[in-house]
Amino acid sequence: MLEARIPSGRIEQKWDNCRYEMKLVNPANRRKHSIIVVGAGLAGAAAAATLGQQGYHVHCFSYHDTPRRAHSIAAQGGINSAKNYRNDGDSVMRLFKDTVKGGDFRAREANVYRLAEISGNIIDQCVAQGVPFAREYGGLLDNRSFGGVQVERTFYARGQTGQQLLLGAYQALEEQIATGRVKMHFRSELLDVVIVNGRARGIVTRDLVTGQLHCHAADVVVLATGGYSNVFYLSTNAKASNCTAIWRAHRRGALFGNPCFTQIHPTCIPLSSDHQSKLTLMSESLRNDGRVWVPKKKRENRAAKDIPENERDYYLESRYPSFGNLVPRDVASRNAKEVCDEGRGVGPHGQGVYLDFADAIHRLGLETVREKYGNLFDIYQRITGEDAYKVPMRIYPAPHYTMGGLWVDYHLMSTIPGLFVGGEANFSDHGANRLGASALMQGLADGYFVLPATVPDYLASTKLDPVNTSDRAFIATKAEVKDRINNLLAINGNRSPDSFHRELGKIVWDNCGMARSDSGLRNALARIPELREEFWRNLRVLGAGEELNQSLEKANRISDFLELAELMCTDALDRTESCGGHFRLESQTADGEAKRDDANFAYTAAWEWKGTDQAHAIHKEPLAFEYVPLSQRSYK
Amino acid sequence: MNLTLKVWRQQSTNAHGSFVRYQAKDVTPDMSFLEMLDALNEDLIDRGDPPIAFEHDCREGICGSCGFLINGVAHGGQRATTVCQLAMRFFKDGDTLTLEPWRARAFPVIRDLVVNRSAFDRIIQAGGFISAPTGSAPDANSVPVPKEDADTAFDAAACIGCGACVAACPNASAMLFTSAKITHLNSLPQGQPQRDQRTLSMVVAMRNELFGSCTNHGECEAVCPKQIPLEFIGKMNRDLTRALWHSHREPLIVPGVVQRPSEEDSDEAQSPQPAATAMRS
Repeated sequence: MLEARIPSGRIEQKWDNCRYEMKLVNPANRRKHSIIVVGAGLAGAAAAATLGQQGYHVHCFSYHDTPRRAHSIAAQGGINSAKNYRNDGDSVMRLFKDTVKGGDFRAREANVYRLAEISGNIIDQCVAQGVPFAREYGGLLDNRSFGGVQVERTFYARGQTGQQLLLGAYQALEEQIATGRVKMHFRSELLDVVIVNGRARGIVTRDLVTGQLHCHAADVVVLATGGYSNVFYLSTNAKASNCTAIWRAHRRGALFGNPCFTQIHPTCIPLSSDHQSKLTLMSESLRNDGRVWVPKKKRENRAAKDIPENERDYYLESRYPSFGNLVPRDVASRNAKEVCDEGRGVGPHGQGVYLDFADAIHRLGLETVREKYGNLFDIYQRITGEDAYKVPMRIYPAPHYTMGGLWVDYHLMSTIPGLFVGGEANFSDHGANRLGASALMQGLADGYFVLPATVPDYLASTKLDPVNTSDRAFIATKAEVKDRINNLLAINGNRSPDSFHRELGKIVWDNCGMARSDSGLRNALARIPELREEFWRNLRVLGAGEELNQSLEKANRISDFLELAELMCTDALDRTESCGGHFRLESQTADGEAKRDDANFAYTAAWEWKGTDQAHAIHKEPLAFEYVPLSQRSYK
Repeated sequence: MNLTLKVWRQQSTNAHGSFVRYQAKDVTPDMSFLEMLDALNEDLIDRGDPPIAFEHDCREGICGSCGFLINGVAHGGQRATTVCQLAMRFFKDGDTLTLEPWRARAFPVIRDLVVNRSAFDRIIQAGGFISAPTGSAPDANSVPVPKEDADTAFDAAACIGCGACVAACPNASAMLFTSAKITHLNSLPQGQPQRDQRTLSMVVAMRNELFGSCTNHGECEAVCPKQIPLEFIGKMNRDLTRALWHSHREPLIVPGVVQRPSEEDSDEAQSPQPAATAMRS
């Protein structure tokens, strides 16, 4: 069932060989092919623009009012590329190895190598589009080190790299819209994928302004709809980010890869009240100069400044002397949770640790610290009302990125022929843990370079019968979507969509968050179906289906999170090893570190939907490591 | 704290709208403005009233989705802050706040506080890009960019397209938005080949969208959450002059964009007039 289509040859030649063997579409014939791209973030906008430039007839869909709002815009830190402009020993091979290791050996080597190989072209492309990367006085591009790697390979645009890269892709997309080669569908949300004769041939969407359902037919469908961190309710994702597109495709036959692999980012502003709607990320770069600590005493109630040095526990520095405060994200997050669980957390809810800049200010001077991190300190002040130049920041981990997603082969095609998946929506190249500044790289690699090569190969090598939206499959799928919406509106119970989402999020966070255990996961697996049952009995959505109805949008998305959450826990329960962001309490070394089990778990879990209230079936793609030998990560 | 809210409710673009009064109770200072509205909406759902529609997404001040007027001020009045990042500690117990959508002919109301800003996309489509088809780019370091130019480009590119500048302007002008994109791309060496065409096309597109002209009020800069400076409008006008000067074709058909008094009738703005006239006025 899982044919990964990894090309032959040495790893350096695989992508070249693959492109050489691909079939091509004659330029004059390209406009006869229609392509649906769902999502207009980095991966979606880049793919839609590039396929438009090639001459295909592209339809691009976004639930936003404009493609420039996609959540890629919020990425702060930077984008990796093996340019070796610093002459500090970087290379494609090194970026490849760092990424495989960083992902704790749960990614496919061939994909990761291709990502590293393409990374240089991405920077070229973005600069040509006018992305204002940071520069040196000589006019050349600046680089910094990011996420604890030992080379300076991260390109950045102040703290707004995601925004600037997205605007580059957005502008390229708008140019194609102006030429008429891309037709943009705003405020349109995908509600189902239409399968005709076993191939993805279209989608059903809801116009979010009028509430009308529409069918769209095409030769191929590309999903670039982002990740599902909002299953936790509180995450750093934008409020509308959801799993509906990939989940509905999953229900139609696309296998779901590694759903339990989620990333919890260590430096976010802690929860302050029960009304909180989302968590805000503070760039990881803060850990370059800030020192993380908690009081040694439990339930300490003195202010930070009144706690003497010898009563402070700089736990990252003492436990990981060689990496200190710069340990990877999963390690930093897990340690913060541990000290808080011991009762040593700080702040109103005890869910926080200090990130202290007093030493940095003393060493570098206030002005230097302000220059480096001023905008982050401002954000912090705006949200918490505290001045981090005077009192230590409080931080706590928050869900941030999902490495899991729809399973795809080397061509980024899912198990449904004709359904391609790019960016965070696929199960990706990051294995069990993503390195900093790699998400932007992967989104753009998929969008600018991989999909525009593999999608045409599919078109050229597949015999596609003509279809149109009056075909039986479209009518049936649309009717199912309509029923589901009508059902949501008809329940007329007592609880708002958000109240269900909060409850679900808490169950998933407590049991399938930073640390997972057999008993916790079983508990979650018992409670999620109960909550889902209550949802379909006691939900209240006011208003009608044929109007702008934000409650209905939410309810519809939550109905999918309620199903995905169960699969996440099922996957986490099945994987009894610890790896990357997935820490199983039963699988740790004597000194409390994650213990991987390569003998039994060196595979990608790809789950198959078997029907409502049926157990999922697991399929396994074995992972072979020929170029980066398996080794246990150590940051001690 | 407890607040009184007067919120603009409008069912759809063509429906009649009006202010409706609500009480927001037990608001805490660390809630964001939108979290306060979330809580109010939960109350409304409990009571069986349809919740207030408002746009929002990232809630980090970067996506540009959110924005409405609070007591007549776009994004509520805290400098360099979108309404999603505005904390309730900015207000005090007993305050009465009036919430209404962006008001501009080019931004029709869709529902309650939600407006249609797609006019901005059409301005970008006219020329807010550098044509660099994927695959055709030279090595990233082959063209050095003076740091000052790169910094100017970045300052301009920081625009989030929220529309506050239009809402704050007495003329509902989109010149701060348009000039930001023109300044971003025209400041870079990569943007030079299309510089004049970009400037002309975007300026024409802007005028075709029922936005007014700039009359130097400066309200746009004051409310801009990204602090895009007014000087970029000056840069845009200089680039327009340059573009007209460089243009090889006669006669030049460009609507007047040089700053005019605000009483100008916007219908007149739609009819193209010779550039020479525009330049004199």
